[in-house]
Amino acid sequence: METVVGSRARSDIREFIQAKFPGARFTDSDDIFGLGFATSLFAMQLVMFVEQRFGFQVDNDDLDLANFRSVDAMAALVARAAPAAVEQGVAGGTGA
Amino acid sequence: MKRIGVVGAGVMGAGVAQCLAQHGFQVVLVDLGADVLDQARERIRLDVRMGRLLNNGPAELDPDLIQGTTDYDDLAEVDFVIENITEKWELKQRVYPRLDQICRPDVVFAANTSALSITRIAALTRRPDRVIGLHFMNPVPMKPSVEVIRGWHTSAETVRTAEKLLAGMGKNGIVVGDAPGFVSNRVLMLTINEAVCLVHEQVATAEQVDRIFTSCFGHRMGPLETADLIGLDTILYSVEVLYESYNDSKYRPCPLLRQMVDAGLHGRKSGQGFYTYR
Ligand SMILES: NC(=O)c1ccc[n+]([C@@H]2O[C@H](COP(=O)([O-])OP(=O)(O)OC[C@H]3O[C@@H](n4cnc5c(N)ncnc54)[C@H](O)[C@@H]3O)[C@@H](O)[C@H]2O)c1
Repeated sequence: METVVGSRARSDIREFIQAKFPGARFTDSDDIFGLGFATSLFAMQLVMFVEQRFGFQVDNDDLDLANFRSVDAMAALVARAAPAAVEQGVAGGTGA
Repeated sequence: MKRIGVVGAGVMGAGVAQCLAQHGFQVVLVDLGADVLDQARERIRLDVRMGRLLNNGPAELDPDLIQGTTDYDDLAEVDFVIENITEKWELKQRVYPRLDQICRPDVVFAANTSALSITRIAALTRRPDRVIGLHFMNPVPMKPSVEVIRGWHTSAETVRTAEKLLAGMGKNGIVVGDAPGFVSNRVLMLTINEAVCLVHEQVATAEQVDRIFTSCFGHRMGPLETADLIGLDTILYSVEVLYESYNDSKYRPCPLLRQMVDAGLHGRKSGQGFYTYR
């Protein structure tokens, strides 16, 4: 089910979180807020990161913490909301 | 009370304006330049989205409810004023006599200051009984309680009026007496300053200091992450106010704090403080 570019999106998201919390250990399905290192204020940074990196605006109805709880959830949101971005490989950009 | 004047459109002014508008008040938001007002509008847009994300709040805000302006005369018709300009006495000192001239005599002025004496601010006006401290917490729309400060001359009616406004904003007040820093910042600013000293002396890293507060004490945030959220410039000015007010050396600002502010590392709002936000 997962495309190559889709998994690229996943690793971009994971990298972004890891860079912010270098010491944190988490799997793609872990609830990063439940693990305690990510605060709710970080959630908004995730929204902005996902929007900038994948070039779409998160819909009001998708502004729900459930969509940002884990790498898996975010990758699913990107695949659903910005399939074009994922297919065109925006996710694989340089991310400057 | 329908129209509320909000003076200063920085971190706090924008938050107060947003919270008022979300509760149906008309807001006149005053700052010095159009660029600052644009930034405030953008901050409000992001914070409304954040409220949606975290609390399932409304996703949009009627933009007509907040009138941004650089003209103080637009405050002539407001029913209540909340002042949130930079935490510097020389600046606040000039604003209050001006508000006193422009606003109706029955209007209450609330100072949203971190540490300045409300009694001293009230003395700048001809209505010291109608001046009160409303120390909002950041982010304003998400914090349920406000530290309310009674100055020497603040009347009981003014306290009631302020509490009524807070109730209209979905908040409640904790009324305390007037002393520089009040309860909250007399303790918090010293704590943050001391935490900065520990980093300065290389006793611990910022992450370690914060983790001791979050993991050991169970606080939601450590003091340095909190400092970044408040703004390191605001922290420095508040510590300086405490130092000047009490003439007590225990409030001397840590040199690292001053240096970070000089270097433009103002925390979350500038993208860099003890942590990076980009
Ligand atoms: N940041 C916090 O967490 C926090 C919490 C509670 C209270 N406060 C207090 O709130 C006040 C504002 O703090 P902030 O963090 O929003 O600061 P800020 O630097 O983000 O904003 C201050 C704003 O005031 C404006 N300003 C300066 N002089 C002005 C004038 N004469 N007229 C109109 N606007 C003017 C500036 O242009 C700026 O936009 C301070 O007194 C601060 O101590 C801050």
